[in-house]
Amino acid sequence: MSFSFTDEQAEFRSVLRRFLAEKSPTTEVRRLMETETGYDQEVWRQLSQGLGLTAIHIPEEYGGQGFGFVELAIALEEMGRALLCAPYFSSIVLAATAIMNAGDEAQKRDLLPAIAAGDSRAALAFTEDNGRWDAAGVAMTATPMDGGYQLDGAKSFVLDGHTADLLVVLARQPGSTGEDGLSFFTVPGKAEGLTRRLLQSTDSTRKLAHLEFQGVPATLLGDAGGAAAPLSRTLDQAAACLANEMVGGAELLREQALDYAMLRMQFGRTIASFQTLKHKAADMLIDVELAKSAAYYAAAAADADDGDLPAMASLAKAGAGEAYMQTAIHAIQIHGGIGFTWDNNTHLWFKRAKSSEVFLGDPSYHRELMMQRWQD
Amino acid sequence: MSEDTEALVRADVRAWLEANWDPNQGLVEWRNKLADSGWGMPTWPTEWFGKGMSSGLGTAVEEEFQNIGAIGVARAGIRMLAAATLLEHGSQMHKQKFLRRILTGEDTWCQLFSEPGSGSDLAGAITRADLKDGKWIINGQKVWTTSAHHAQFGLLLARTDWDVPKHKGLTYFVLDMEQPGVEVQPLRQMNGHASFNQVFITDAEIAPEFMVEGLGDGWKIATTTLMHERRGADGLRRWAMGTDRPERAYVEERTELATAMAPYKWYPQRMGRVDLVIERAKATDKFDDPTVRQEIAKLLILAKSAEWTARRAREAQAQGRNQGPEGSIGKLAASHVARLGNHVHTLISGADAMLTGTDSPMDGVIAEILVSTPAISIAGGTDEIQRNIISERVLGMPKEPRNDTDRPFRDVPRNMIR
Repeated sequence: MSFSFTDEQAEFRSVLRRFLAEKSPTTEVRRLMETETGYDQEVWRQLSQGLGLTAIHIPEEYGGQGFGFVELAIALEEMGRALLCAPYFSSIVLAATAIMNAGDEAQKRDLLPAIAAGDSRAALAFTEDNGRWDAAGVAMTATPMDGGYQLDGAKSFVLDGHTADLLVVLARQPGSTGEDGLSFFTVPGKAEGLTRRLLQSTDSTRKLAHLEFQGVPATLLGDAGGAAAPLSRTLDQAAACLANEMVGGAELLREQALDYAMLRMQFGRTIASFQTLKHKAADMLIDVELAKSAAYYAAAAADADDGDLPAMASLAKAGAGEAYMQTAIHAIQIHGGIGFTWDNNTHLWFKRAKSSEVFLGDPSYHRELMMQRWQD
Repeated sequence: MSEDTEALVRADVRAWLEANWDPNQGLVEWRNKLADSGWGMPTWPTEWFGKGMSSGLGTAVEEEFQNIGAIGVARAGIRMLAAATLLEHGSQMHKQKFLRRILTGEDTWCQLFSEPGSGSDLAGAITRADLKDGKWIINGQKVWTTSAHHAQFGLLLARTDWDVPKHKGLTYFVLDMEQPGVEVQPLRQMNGHASFNQVFITDAEIAPEFMVEGLGDGWKIATTTLMHERRGADGLRRWAMGTDRPERAYVEERTELATAMAPYKWYPQRMGRVDLVIERAKATDKFDDPTVRQEIAKLLILAKSAEWTARRAREAQAQGRNQGPEGSIGKLAASHVARLGNHVHTLISGADAMLTGTDSPMDGVIAEILVSTPAISIAGGTDEIQRNIISERVLGMPKEPRNDTDRPFRDVPRNMIR
């Protein structure tokens, strides 16, 4: 497993950083987070059709570019840094990956090209009102009907679920429990019997939706009753990706807090010259660099796909969760009173840190998962 | 370095080793051959026991030594710091008198820098050197001196001028340790080991020619010594590779290494022994306790992330890229790991954590962890100094205002104790 990025990967990162600096300044973040859809269609078109970011890890035979999770993780780290408002994590990291893991050949050929092109935005609906991040927590039922299925129940905390063109939904055979009887289904975003509601999320750069299904016709994706394994794999890959998105945000916060400390004068000197601030800054650097290493390792483990991924994904997610939140707390503190105001940008990342800490499972959850999966 | 050059060098050293290496000869006799041939320190200059090779070729030579099982020059302990410093700053006479006997292992050295009143603030040393009747007379106290009890020579930092700012009044000497004015006492640590010594110096004498470079050059030269301090790891590596072969040279080397490495016996314990945690939790039936599992997981996450961060730094360096901040945080990360390791071992051991020796888990290994980890955040630069270094050199933050560098050292407030 290697940690060093190739020259091409480094170049990809710098192109992306320039693009995002231009397209996702905080003025845009603030504008988009107040909208219901939460993204800019023109920027989405540019990042999908112009830069091909929506195609990174999708295989070439399904209209993608055939790169791996390491490249996807670079894109996410930069997006996390820029706090990009776009349905990228939902459509590419969660839904496309789930289709790649669960779908049969014909379904992948049918569904993935439009997602890779950015023409179709998909979302993965697996969590319910109980807020559990595992397959066993699913209660929604799928009842066979007319050669197809009908879904009944509710999904919640569905990332970009209110705007997605296509929903990938996890549901279970009536009467089944635990990891048995679970299947993936696809449902058009505008299906009849489906009621979608945007939730009021603290981090308004991440749009979460509540979805009510009443007799919604659905198409089976992959094997009936066999969704637990591909879901688990999808969530591991997504956790590795999210960890990379998180360390991008954490690093930006760390840098901005440092910049502020170098300018802010109190008691006749910059506050950056006080040892208490210097030591805090050093600690922040350690937190972020350690979390970066784990996030990079997890992305490489996702590509190596050698059985190491489950434990490493949980390790990286737990590490990034603690590091991002701690960095955000320090960053607000270093800014002092101004850091607690709405006009200062720090709170935008603070809130992203909080939503990322919880999304896909908080650090305690992933530490326990890691222990179950640890191989000595 | 072209591959051809490396192949030629490897062939040369192999041929020379085949003709000369004999494990049944005495260690000093063998190392004198190494010194004469230049193969012992191939990266040193040809006029001083070397061959003037690049460090890449030096590594190739070392590998050939390992392949054939040949013993190299003496490296363990402080002697290589002394050698590197004298090679760079010493006079012709210093090099002639000292370098060969360092390489053969006949002389042991120690480093007389730290004092009770100056730890982090090394340049605040107050051990004094006064010129009387053509000799330097030394008075003062040094501490944390590894190997002082069996060293022939010491690298001494002493104050020769009290009327200039602190860094400018220090001078570097070679002190003969085997003289009446030098008294060495072991310093017992909180974990019961005595890895270091205190050295009390009372009217010890140094002839003027054993000053290294000039008056007031001491701080500059001490910096060279400290830069080479990392090379101490060489000895540890050789120790770890040790063989139990019966031939004379191997037996003599084992004795030499056992002496040099004795102070480091408890070092694995001061790192927090993350490797023991899961095994211990299973042995004590705590592995299913959710609280213990959370704490073990925190420790594993920290330890793995630190390990990968070090690898990230090494890979960047190997690729010739600029090393990012990841290269500067290893020591602080190690402190965090050790502290958390201590916490987790305590949690796992429960009431047994109050016991030590044969009454305690693993015949005292766990007890030794619990009282050894404080060393790691102090030795070799405290965590606080590490944070200053990171914030100033990596993050570019300003230094705190100082009130010790702008005035004669005589006027700098100092500790009452000396």
